[in-house]
Amino acid sequence: MKLEGKQQIWNDYQKEIANDQYYYARSCIRQTFFPGSEWAYLDILGNKLGKTVFDDPKHTTCTGIGYHSDVVPVETIMTVVARHFALMTEAGFENMTPSCITSFGIYTEILHTWEQHPEMEEKTREFLWKATGREFRKPRNLAHTSDVIYKFRNEIAAQKKYSLKDIHTGRPLQVVDHIGCHYAKMFPAKGIGGAEFPAVLSGMVTAWGGESIDYPERRHCCGFGFRNYLVLANRGFSVANSKKKFESMQPYEPDFIITNCPGCAMFLDKWQYTISEMEGITYGHNGYGIPVLTYEEMAALVLGYDPWEIGLQMHQVSVEPLLDKMGIPYVPEAKYKNAKGEDMGHPAYPTYLKVY
Amino acid sequence: MTTLSDSLKADIHFIESMNSCMNCGVCTAICPSAEFYNYDPRIIVDTVQRNDDEVLETLLKSDTIWYCGECMSCKTRCPRCNTPGGIIMALRKLSQEKGWFTESEKGRQQFALKRVLGNNILAYGYCVTPDIVKPEMHPEQGPIWEWIYHHRDEVYEKVHSNYHRSGAGALRQVDDESLNELRQIFEVTGGNEFMAKIETYSIQKAEEMGMDSESYFLHTYMDNNGQHGGK
Repeated sequence: MKLEGKQQIWNDYQKEIANDQYYYARSCIRQTFFPGSEWAYLDILGNKLGKTVFDDPKHTTCTGIGYHSDVVPVETIMTVVARHFALMTEAGFENMTPSCITSFGIYTEILHTWEQHPEMEEKTREFLWKATGREFRKPRNLAHTSDVIYKFRNEIAAQKKYSLKDIHTGRPLQVVDHIGCHYAKMFPAKGIGGAEFPAVLSGMVTAWGGESIDYPERRHCCGFGFRNYLVLANRGFSVANSKKKFESMQPYEPDFIITNCPGCAMFLDKWQYTISEMEGITYGHNGYGIPVLTYEEMAALVLGYDPWEIGLQMHQVSVEPLLDKMGIPYVPEAKYKNAKGEDMGHPAYPTYLKVY
Repeated sequence: MTTLSDSLKADIHFIESMNSCMNCGVCTAICPSAEFYNYDPRIIVDTVQRNDDEVLETLLKSDTIWYCGECMSCKTRCPRCNTPGGIIMALRKLSQEKGWFTESEKGRQQFALKRVLGNNILAYGYCVTPDIVKPEMHPEQGPIWEWIYHHRDEVYEKVHSNYHRSGAGALRQVDDESLNELRQIFEVTGGNEFMAKIETYSIQKAEEMGMDSESYFLHTYMDNNGQHGGK
């Protein structure tokens, strides 16, 4: 009986994810800090899994960071999102796949609000027509891009060239995940595993040979807090929350952190540098940090993509210790070279945090 | 005459976020802002239920409503399906409509946010782009970002993006027609009007504080009086 109950709860937190034909909604933060992740996602979907993804040049920001910084009104963001739905409709697609947790939360919230308040949907349609002359159909399916990778985790496992294992010992890599608040905290039924038992990343980790660690502060915010990072005077809030997470995960000696949300990935990577400069503390082995990967980067490494082609040189915390454990070959001197093979110089070295 | 309570109750965020509170304090227990700032979401919910305009006005002029990070962790855990973070969004809207956000240090930061995000969205079509993440304003980004920033054309090319060019791909330049549609949406939906209010009230406050707009911008972006932490 107990098991049936758990199975029922688990069933409540599954979601439908379309099988093909995706409209891609770009993330401002991901493209700025992890552009290689975007490329890897589109390449994996198109060339490894044989799916159709439309990357629309007309797509813009959803304005979500402005909305959650309270400078963009709800009527405005609803109409911007309605324009995205119109572009999707015009391109002949029905499956919306944002690559950003903030956008995913916003799309989910707006569809929910329109369901509860049809008059707001009607008003949005009027605004969109007046501003752009466009009309839209709502998406048949809304899934975050990590949901899509999760859906095809076994297909990716079948093509994998490297596993999430330490090749020297055979030990599964110990992985801590960070889901991102707006993935499932607002609408738990819209996230795989809900807010309490998030499985979207851990499902990938275990499918590819690693072990997921359920560390105590797994569900805590990374500390973005919109205005609490964007305004320089508030950044103590942001770094303090990330520090709380690092202290919670460090005793488990994780091999790497995996993230769902592009902003969280950036903070968990960069704040390790900041904390090292502020307090001389580092969280990885021997003075290095804990490497942070986006789920696209993790999928791409497993599939054998070159680390520098997918942008791992853009991370502040060096990823080489992880690559060495997984047995992934790389050319160290290519890390800081441009596409023509010319040297771009070495970044400055932090005071305490060891880097390659 | 419309009372503050009436205005609040007409806001969609308030409607969607406020049911009835039993004062359990779970929201405060889970709240990252309550842990860092002198902030208690349970008291926010308590306060807005009192229908007392005098108390509301004090709240709308205070730092208190600006501490929340809108992570919405409170929504998951509230046993009565309230969302203090959503109530905060309604309070912030009202504070800006009334011009009362300039009465507190944290509230005045809306000027910096409006200037930065408003400009990014309407000029580039993105909330964030690499060009505006200047290392001197973002020391926390560290030496790798500084290196990327100074070699951004080459670094972004290496990782297959379409930086500053037309067409598809990461970091491509948003075309003029799409940008104009975005700007037109801001015009017809009140987005421009709302941001103009933030600008106007902020410039008034700058004059009151004896600052030009650039000094006031730096004040709102950089200053922290150290009086916000409660623990």
